[in-house]
Amino acid sequence: MEWMTFLVIGLIILLIIAAVFAITQKDLILAVIGASAVSVVLSILFYILQAPDVALTEAAIGVALTTIIFVITIKKTKRYEE
Amino acid sequence: MIYYAASILLILIGMYAVLVKKNIIKIVIGLSIIDSGVHLLFIAIGYVKDATAPIYSRPGLEAGQMVDPVPQALVLTAIVIGLAVTAVALSLVIRLYDHHKTLNINRIRKLKW
Amino acid sequence: MRKVIAVLLLGIFGYYIFALFVNVPFGVRHDNVGQHYLEHSVQETGAVNIVTAIVVSHRGFDTLGEVTVLFLAATGLGAILYDKKGKKRRLQNASLIVKVASKLIYPLIILLGAYVFVHGHLTPGGGFQGGAIIATGVLLMFISYRRFETNHNALSWVESLAGMTFVTIGLAGLIWGTSFLQNILPLGTPNTLLSAGVIPLIYIAVGFKVGAELTALLDNMLKTIK
Repeated sequence: MEWMTFLVIGLIILLIIAAVFAITQKDLILAVIGASAVSVVLSILFYILQAPDVALTEAAIGVALTTIIFVITIKKTKRYEE
Repeated sequence: MIYYAASILLILIGMYAVLVKKNIIKIVIGLSIIDSGVHLLFIAIGYVKDATAPIYSRPGLEAGQMVDPVPQALVLTAIVIGLAVTAVALSLVIRLYDHHKTLNINRIRKLKW
Repeated sequence: MRKVIAVLLLGIFGYYIFALFVNVPFGVRHDNVGQHYLEHSVQETGAVNIVTAIVVSHRGFDTLGEVTVLFLAATGLGAILYDKKGKKRRLQNASLIVKVASKLIYPLIILLGAYVFVHGHLTPGGGFQGGAIIATGVLLMFISYRRFETNHNALSWVESLAGMTFVTIGLAGLIWGTSFLQNILPLGTPNTLLSAGVIPLIYIAVGFKVGAELTALLDNMLKTIK
């Protein structure tokens, strides 16, 4: 069970780094990629927390569909934050 | 316990973006990060140590060995609604940009008649 | 200045919310309604996936409301982005490798989505996940082929029929049973495909509805790209 704790701690550090990256990045496309990395890590954490239904939903909706609608919006508007 | 800390940290990061950032798309990203934090908090509250997922997939499983299914059902609903809310918010952002040619909320506020 | 005030406010907020949740023990079973569902759901609904049993059977009204919210969001997005000129997507074609591969993978993704929502009462998954997976399959075709079109009339027909199926099943429970969305079909033996009464029917309807709605939503958004 010891390696599981290390895995969870590593994943949570990754989660926080991805969230901070998504917030601070000036290039909005990179920020959206950061937000989708948050979703990927979150999906793995849901699986570890014994919630496979929620992990499946997060993987399909959070990673694929949310990212693509953000990218479409950025393509339609402006890419860089001034 | 580390899950609670992580989810509250996610909520705070999202709120920081909503409070401080000027770019509308950044604010919407912050809202979706708040969403993610709340989902993680719910699932972490429902977790039971050394338990399995709430599915009677093999014989011999008992109700005492499973995690709490109610937060999972709630979060399942919340994720789908979150996608709908994000999509409507982003379509409003597209229309706002068409009208004002900027994404900066301060400048949009000045452009009022 | 604004940043300092924001960080201060968030610090206070974070401290209090953390102090609140420190008292909730982690990894311990809380005495609540979940225990009842775990013990009695299989006899009451016939579904072995308890999350599905809760979403479709115990909280069926909530799911109906959720489907309605999704429908309103898709309609509202179409209304906000409506343009008289009738825009077309103006993306570039993808490279040959992506085109051939996506043509191969597309039916498999649709099949996976259908599998996920048909087996919603037995394995992890269900109508919402299956519908989202189908929408990602269509999205793959949208971004690799410039001329890939969806039939909007067919999409709205599928959406309306699926929604009406959900409500009709609910009303049938009211007519032949005692309450809206009551399980009127025989429950069958748990852990087989034809079990759990109306739960698979409702989840198949939800899967079609969510898939059609998310596809229409993506199509509406992609059409705005210049």
